[in-house]
Amino acid sequence: MLKKILGGLIALGALVLAIFLFIAWESSIDPISPPAPDSFSQEQITRGELLAGLGNCQTCHTTDPDQPLAGGRAMPTPFGTLYSTNITPDPETGIGQWSEEAFARAMREGVSRSGSQLFPAFPYTHFTKMTDDDVSDLYAYLMSRRAIPAEPPENTLEFPFNIRLLLAGWKLLFFEEGRYETDDSKSEAWNRGAYIAEGPGHCSACHTPRNMLGAEDAGNAWEGAIVNNWYAPPLNASNHTPASWAEAEAYQYLRHGGSPLHGVAVGSMADVVHAGLRLAPDSDLRALAVWLSDLAQASDTNQAHESAASAIRTVHSTQNPSAMMSEGERLFTYACAACHYNTPESPNTLRPDMALNSAISAPTPVNLIRITLNGVSLKEGMPDAMMPGFSEALSDRQIASLLGYLRSTHTDQPAWTDLEQQVRDQRP
Amino acid sequence: MATEFELNGRAVTVDIESDTPLLWALRDDLDLTGTKYGCGIGMCGACTVLVNGRAIRSCITPVETVSGASITTIEGLHPDGNHPLQKAWVESQTPQCGYCQSGQIMQAAAMLKDFPDPSDEQINHAMGGNLCRCMAYVRIRKAIKLAAEEMKGASGNKAQETGAAANE
Repeated sequence: MLKKILGGLIALGALVLAIFLFIAWESSIDPISPPAPDSFSQEQITRGELLAGLGNCQTCHTTDPDQPLAGGRAMPTPFGTLYSTNITPDPETGIGQWSEEAFARAMREGVSRSGSQLFPAFPYTHFTKMTDDDVSDLYAYLMSRRAIPAEPPENTLEFPFNIRLLLAGWKLLFFEEGRYETDDSKSEAWNRGAYIAEGPGHCSACHTPRNMLGAEDAGNAWEGAIVNNWYAPPLNASNHTPASWAEAEAYQYLRHGGSPLHGVAVGSMADVVHAGLRLAPDSDLRALAVWLSDLAQASDTNQAHESAASAIRTVHSTQNPSAMMSEGERLFTYACAACHYNTPESPNTLRPDMALNSAISAPTPVNLIRITLNGVSLKEGMPDAMMPGFSEALSDRQIASLLGYLRSTHTDQPAWTDLEQQVRDQRP
Repeated sequence: MATEFELNGRAVTVDIESDTPLLWALRDDLDLTGTKYGCGIGMCGACTVLVNGRAIRSCITPVETVSGASITTIEGLHPDGNHPLQKAWVESQTPQCGYCQSGQIMQAAAMLKDFPDPSDEQINHAMGGNLCRCMAYVRIRKAIKLAAEEMKGASGNKAQETGAAANE
């Protein structure tokens, strides 16, 4: 009897394994010789370049600017470190042997040409929503780049996360293949914006927190998350900035790298704006702004300006005469106000106002600490404007006092804890 | 390491450690000593210069971070030293010891772009990081208002243009 049960269990186990292997198994797609660059039309390549920008391919797939798209960028994950792949048409180390069919399968299903499962750090979970034409244009663009022989370092994932076959199970749980579906109740611009954001742009890859298994947590979509030691703020109504992301604000931010009622793009987002969206047509950025302001449940522009003015006025009304200033307020007056002071009615993008900035109202001080320590380079934020870092000028305690002062006077959010230690942790 | 930038309208290269403060590149390597060393920690404003037309404290700005930028120092604010602010400084007898004044003037030049008709409150906030040990604040404020008047009155804002020639 026992033998029979045991035998049955083993048979059942084998059957489950067989079914899993059947689902998980993906065939290899035959290698090709890299297509000649002139096998694609210039129009197609140009459209593909725009898409590569909307998808911000270069941020993850480029480490050395002289070797564009040759991969090798380290991506630390809770499961170990992944390195981005070479997506130039080099036949040995890149995707030169990939047919368009193989490329489309990778984009849509997360499967490599060889048939092995791709890690979802590559956001095929979003690219699956792209149209056939867009995937085809992107292929044309990538295959007409300079082939660069470069082998990325080996991934250092821990067992069992290094078993690619198991990703088939991950997909059963978290992946739904399928094109973007138009929402007929929304405008054409909204749908275009949603397509860019959810498809090629994969915005939620950073702006939505991830679960224990590294998948975007659908229950907390757009709630903001820490990625690469930067806090990507919520894009929905959970964002605590005084002025909402009205359409005009969102457009300015995406087009120019900053908006007067919010602040400037730094860190990874600076790359999105200045490298990724640089070539995007105005119509696409306006569409993104329409979609974003809807997601953020933003007010109209006038209301946003009024909220901003009121927030700045409140801060001004709490300022102390110099003899009564705390250390933090004194530091702000001498080291920061020259550039960050604004009149309530007309905040200036080049003078990011601390009463309006998401770095101040965020649940974590990481962005504010990093900017205070390292400044904002000429390549980030607004074109040609910079802020020097104060890492050599201010001690951990002074920065903690300054940030504590800003948090308590410029927002209605709870105080950050262990500020001094957090500053120390962010020093190089 | 060599860093290239534009200084008062001409291209310059300095071959120094990339984390050297811009202040020392200006004073020691490029021999422009109008920009002063005050506190060295971005708290007093004596070292203020313009980077792409915006005021920054050169003592805490590593030279590598201004690579490719356009820098204006007090020496380059106006070809003949006749920027409306410089004239106003003389007219209102603003300086006492004069150590802070190049920083004050550069900060004021940047401020007037954002606040062309500044109120006392705006001046107090935007100039609050420029300390004057002689306490000449009242006259500094007066000079800034004088200059603002002239710049407003100048036809086609010519004065502002010359002052900001290297900044646009």
